[in-house]
Amino acid sequence: MTRLWQFRGGIKLDGNKSLSSEQPIAKANLPQFLILPLLQHIGVPAEPVVKVGDKVLKGQIIAHCQANDCYLKMSVPLHASSSGTVVAIEPHSVPHPSGLTALCIVIETDGRDEWIECSPIIDYTTLSPMTLRQQVAMAGIVGLGGAGFPSHLKLKSAGIDTLIINGAECEPYITCDDRLMREYPDDIVMGAQIFRHILGGTQHCVIAVEDNKPAAYSALLQAAQGRVTVVKVPTLYPTGGEKQLIHVLTGKEIGKAQLPADFGMVVHNIETTRAVYRAVKEGRPLISRVVTVTGNGIEQPQNLEVLLGTPIQVIIDQCGRKSDIKQLIMGGPMMGFTLPHDQLPVIKTTNCLIASSTQAIESPKPTMPCIRCGACAQVCPVNLLPQQLYWYTKAKDFKTAKNYHLFDCIECGCCAYVCPSYLPLVDYYRYAKAEIRANEQERQKANLARNRHEFRTFRLDRDKAEKLARHQAAAAASQPDKQVIIEAALERVKAKKVPNHSEEKPIQEESVH
Amino acid sequence: MPFKLSTAPYLHQANSVAEMMRQVLYALIPGIAMYVWFFGWGIVIHILLTSMTALSCEATLLWLRDRPLRPFLTDNSALVTAWLLGSALPPFAPWWLSVLGTAFALIFAKHLYGGLGYNPFNPAIVGYAMLLISFPSEMMKWPHLASLSGHYPSIVESMSIIFTGQPLGGITLDALSSATPLNTMKTQLNKFHTVTEIKQNPIFSYYGAKGWEWIGSTFFLGGVWLIYKRVITWHIPVAVVGSLFLIASLFFTIDSDRYPSPFFHLFGGGSVMIGAFFIATDPVSAATSNTGKLIYGIGIGILIYIIRTWGGYPDGVAFSVLLMNIAAPLIDYYTQPRVFGH
Repeated sequence: MTRLWQFRGGIKLDGNKSLSSEQPIAKANLPQFLILPLLQHIGVPAEPVVKVGDKVLKGQIIAHCQANDCYLKMSVPLHASSSGTVVAIEPHSVPHPSGLTALCIVIETDGRDEWIECSPIIDYTTLSPMTLRQQVAMAGIVGLGGAGFPSHLKLKSAGIDTLIINGAECEPYITCDDRLMREYPDDIVMGAQIFRHILGGTQHCVIAVEDNKPAAYSALLQAAQGRVTVVKVPTLYPTGGEKQLIHVLTGKEIGKAQLPADFGMVVHNIETTRAVYRAVKEGRPLISRVVTVTGNGIEQPQNLEVLLGTPIQVIIDQCGRKSDIKQLIMGGPMMGFTLPHDQLPVIKTTNCLIASSTQAIESPKPTMPCIRCGACAQVCPVNLLPQQLYWYTKAKDFKTAKNYHLFDCIECGCCAYVCPSYLPLVDYYRYAKAEIRANEQERQKANLARNRHEFRTFRLDRDKAEKLARHQAAAAASQPDKQVIIEAALERVKAKKVPNHSEEKPIQEESVH
Repeated sequence: MPFKLSTAPYLHQANSVAEMMRQVLYALIPGIAMYVWFFGWGIVIHILLTSMTALSCEATLLWLRDRPLRPFLTDNSALVTAWLLGSALPPFAPWWLSVLGTAFALIFAKHLYGGLGYNPFNPAIVGYAMLLISFPSEMMKWPHLASLSGHYPSIVESMSIIFTGQPLGGITLDALSSATPLNTMKTQLNKFHTVTEIKQNPIFSYYGAKGWEWIGSTFFLGGVWLIYKRVITWHIPVAVVGSLFLIASLFFTIDSDRYPSPFFHLFGGGSVMIGAFFIATDPVSAATSNTGKLIYGIGIGILIYIIRTWGGYPDGVAFSVLLMNIAAPLIDYYTQPRVFGH
């Protein structure tokens, strides 16, 4: 696997990585309160197994994934990230683009940071993949690159022959994976080996590192010792996207509706790999992660190992808060989102926090009309025609936008980055996608209502028809009597006539007989 | 303290529409300088006229349409139209030709369609075509090349001709004018002269036409600079020049007496280079996908050849671009790129 492919488009970005990449990972201070949302990943929230007032130890499960069989479900358990007392289980605002609140377990720390007893696995190779997968699930490990997909679900696919460890940290400013690769290359290589064992011994294992991280590359190369392949890939945003990275490494294009597993591949993030190593070799669940704290609103940009649930305010203060912070971004500047305030906890998907001071924020430039320059189409890594999508979205012609493969858009932001008219293109696509989804829901609802109405009409008609049929049947059943009734009536009429013409009666009777 | 909320991406590359248009203007300067060198100051006077007309029309129309003045007046797009049109007019053309053409371009071809970004045709070319159809004799009257006639028109003289129609010093305008090499070639071929005979005329050179080959080459260099600066991509210019060159070579090989050489087509006037690099590449009216751009460009190249060789006009760049502008949406529809993973 030495040949590399290049996906179309992409952009070269000014990395801004040197701000935080040169100091070793430091430990974040232990906060007084830890706020742990029950849902920190894609899937269903965990269910609390502690009550307010309970004493907990570091690493203790405080919320179980539903039905206790989470290695099958899209959920993972939640662990206390330090020792202390549960003081509340209540809604609290969580890091989310919409500023949602969600149920959180709040722990007041006791400062002792006392671990629960851990049970490391000495030789994982003696355990079955199934047991190890369960171990990964129970350690609460989800994809730590930002998306937060429960990792155990990516470990059960059969027929995987290639494992890719994604060290192509392509978003500007973020350096947490870079530091991990430099400082813990052995853990990462070992974690990759564990992954391989769980996946049934994949034929290929590649760690891909962008060529703007030479130190990480050489550290990994040294640690790998030929057991896994370490590949240098060109620095081009968005190489770190799962499907883009697969294309760079294998030339295979995985479409929107497909999964890497369909192609015998699985991709895991650097920090996820290290978390798996820790879960197996040290028996420690995921209770902390490395967060890049950077931006020009920070005195000492750096990477911190932060306990999950630590309020962002605490770590910003620790890194030196400048007084003029105006904007706070979680994730990278291309695909991250802004946070309304810093009273939010660090969660499993918090890979980076960028605090920008006044000078950094470009005053939003006035947008100009699209001049169809096509710069957006030149950089789109999915080969879409962004300007066409923009036109159709603007015209609310969502159907055509969909036909132009709107849903293949990965929202990487390359198009908006190069747009000379400063059009917020990605916003238009998000809007169009949301509208289409809403319309579809609306249509489904309407269909349901129509079906219900049609069924009701059908039922009423059926009942009516049945009733009619019953009556008709009854009538039909009484049909033979009719003749008798008529005859009886005739008889009666005749009988009535008798008193008037009594003398005729015997004759008539005679004639009848 | 609440923070400012907005949506990703939070990074932008600073290359605005105004910046792109300014680079187009810069790229035109060397070619315009060449014109001045060979034909005197007329072109500069016309560019001043078209620029002033363009900006006043833009401002008036924006005001009438109730649009903000500042962002659109400073986006330089009106100036690009003005400079392109100004460079295409004969240097001694009367002043009202500039004013009329520019006003028509800005009002009818640009703002009546909705302004920047909405025009289906390149405004400069629409203005030029209107003038060409309405005032053919004024549009065909080019001065002699200064180096050939030994007379270099001064600024004052040029102004006199443009604003009053009267040259200074008792010379008549007809004495100063001549047909362009492309025009001469066409008329002489129609009179059944062979290319070799026609090229005896001193206005022609080995490659193209005297003076014009320099003007064409300079615009070519300006265009290459635009590709280097990523204001335009290579697809359209290469397709236009390449297809014209190939089709001209084909006929030239078949009969070099009836069909001029491909180099004459490229350098017999300034129009092919300015058309290929500055006009056909107008993003608003051109095809957008890379394949689409190639088809669009090839269409222009072939049409130029057809119009020049068998049509009624000696040049044909303007009409070719207009015809392909019409086809651009259709080309776009049929050249959608294959989406990743499909």
